Amino acid sequence: MDKPAPVKRTLGGWALIAVPYVWLLIFFLAPFLIVFKISLSQVAVAIPPYVPTFDLAGGWQAFVENLGDLSLENYLWLTEDDLYWKSYLSSVVIAGISTFLTLLIGYPIAYGMARSPQSLRPTLLMLVILPFWTSFLIRVYAWIGILKNEGLLNQLLMAIGIIDEPLVILNTNTAVYIGIVYSYLPFLVLPLYASLERLDGSLLEAAEDLGCPPWKAFWKITLPLSLPGVIAGCFLVFIPAVGEFVIPDLLGGSDTLMIGKTLWTEFFNNRDWPVSSAVAVILLIILVIPIVLFQNQQQKIAEKQA
Amino acid sequence: MGFLLGWGCVLAKKSIGPVRREFTPWESPDHPPFIEFRNVTKKFGDFTAVNNLSLKIYEREFFALLGGSGCGKTTLMRMLAGFETPTTGQIFLDGQDLAGIPPFRRPSNMMFQSYALFPHMSVEKNIAFGLKQDRLAPSEIGDRVAEMLRLTKLEQFAKRRPHQLSGGQRQRVALARSLAKRPKVLLLDEPLGALDRKLREETQFELMNIQEELKTTFLIVTHDQEEAMTVADRIAVMDKGELVQVATPAEIYEAPNSRFVADFIGDVNLIEATVVRKSEAGTRLDSVCEGFAIETNQTTDAGIGDRVWYAIRPEKVRIAHGRGEPDAANQIDGLVWDIAYLGDVSIIHSKVGKGDRDTILRATFANVSRMVENPITWDDEVVLSFDRDAGVILRG
Repeated sequence: MDKPAPVKRTLGGWALIAVPYVWLLIFFLAPFLIVFKISLSQVAVAIPPYVPTFDLAGGWQAFVENLGDLSLENYLWLTEDDLYWKSYLSSVVIAGISTFLTLLIGYPIAYGMARSPQSLRPTLLMLVILPFWTSFLIRVYAWIGILKNEGLLNQLLMAIGIIDEPLVILNTNTAVYIGIVYSYLPFLVLPLYASLERLDGSLLEAAEDLGCPPWKAFWKITLPLSLPGVIAGCFLVFIPAVGEFVIPDLLGGSDTLMIGKTLWTEFFNNRDWPVSSAVAVILLIILVIPIVLFQNQQQKIAEKQA
Repeated sequence: MGFLLGWGCVLAKKSIGPVRREFTPWESPDHPPFIEFRNVTKKFGDFTAVNNLSLKIYEREFFALLGGSGCGKTTLMRMLAGFETPTTGQIFLDGQDLAGIPPFRRPSNMMFQSYALFPHMSVEKNIAFGLKQDRLAPSEIGDRVAEMLRLTKLEQFAKRRPHQLSGGQRQRVALARSLAKRPKVLLLDEPLGALDRKLREETQFELMNIQEELKTTFLIVTHDQEEAMTVADRIAVMDKGELVQVATPAEIYEAPNSRFVADFIGDVNLIEATVVRKSEAGTRLDSVCEGFAIETNQTTDAGIGDRVWYAIRPEKVRIAHGRGEPDAANQIDGLVWDIAYLGDVSIIHSKVGKGDRDTILRATFANVSRMVENPITWDDEVVLSFDRDAGVILRG
């Protein structure tokens, strides 16, 4: 096979590709480096509450001197107190369970949407997106009214006689699961719907024609072919859920341990910016490494197939 | 095979077209059909896709359903495969009523127009898919897959995924997959539509060879009349959910039963005419565009004075300068109006008839030599001649 001729880029061409890189540089890399620098500083009673601070007034010499004051002390601290690794672990577990529950609910929704009549699909899509029109905070807050002991859910269940005593859901991990599943469902449904809708219906007919009953054709054809959508959707739920703060804070109990809450406490209650920055940096690493590994794996599969 | 001897085609002195082989079960009324559609109607809402259609197809036949888009041919096939349920009527396969049997239990397999290859499986796994559903022993699956790969000349592509194959190779994978289960009937839905012309022609012959090797009944749906004529033992021409004519390719071409069939298959001149004389020996027609009459050895049910159409293929009309062929029964004066030079032949459009009621008659002129003295060209006065048995009289 011939190799495609190298594309000669014009200045305009370079400018075009530069846009995403410049965006990432300004809004991702620069803030990250600032956070990373703070995580290497020491807490101090000052404004801002850490030392050293860099300013341009001191010149080059002051900058080099300040560099010597940076240390990995805060990271060592994270390993000494078991609160932190327990928070990380608990966050990953809660996010994992929530993602799985979201998948269980989201897959049938996406499947039903993709199988519905063409004319109905834009409406269904709209309905999935509709909750975004209300503030996330308000929607999570509304769940308190539903889940609390004298809330709507308990009143309903007691009215129809399923239960005699109110269920304690609010301020437990269950409420956190409900909150995460509810809030992040659209993020799973949308990519999954996209991949299911693309699925060629004649593949299922072919499977059936070859002697495969419909329920089996789902496992053999539909599910494997929708896997990219499943994975994309799960990432979109799992990643923000790990760092979630609002949902565990509003719906979770005092024993609900999530890294977002730990970080909040460290930052606002203890005013320890360096340690909370270190917590954030570690969280990023925990999330980024598996994604990068996964992407590499996908890349290799794609290259093998090409 | 014994039954074949019983009614081996008796060759008349003059027969219509080439006789493909001594296989004509449809000529015997007692021969049990292998597939039978009995008064099948299929409606989609208000639209009637198939209208009270009855059709018999015989074992080992290569049968073509031919028609334009929306004529109901695909619906008919999908009802046989089980993807559509007839609104009324019955479908039998090998004596069994197919009503209520889901597609995955039917002994037919289908090759889809889009091929519908499973993109996440290798060629081998695609072919083995149907066999695995039958829970055959792995060794037997392996043998069958190898056999199919050989039959379709795909051995070296066994491990590839569908997207790594060319269009022609994918087509062969689809064929191998649908044949692997040794179905009683193979259904082919526009199987060669996505291939380019050369490959399509090659593949048509390959299909015929495979059918002869496996002796499976093949039912093909196509809109391409050449494809149907090449591969099929018999063709059913469909229009608006009904069968217009069911016959061998040669009969369809040489003896169409209606203007629709004559026009749909190949190129044809349709001359509107009235019957002026009729006898056992033939019929005389007067063209409505005046100026010429047609002598034919055909008999017709139409009465004297009735309006009919005389259908004659361009290649049966001879064209010459001057006096033409004095021996021919029909000689019509014409004026060359247009010439389509196609290389192997030229199609010459000549104006015949008088005044403003003239019409165009097309004649095929074989370009047998590279250089011609005094070639027929635009505005030449020519004589168009044809024999008494060259065309057919059509009533509708």
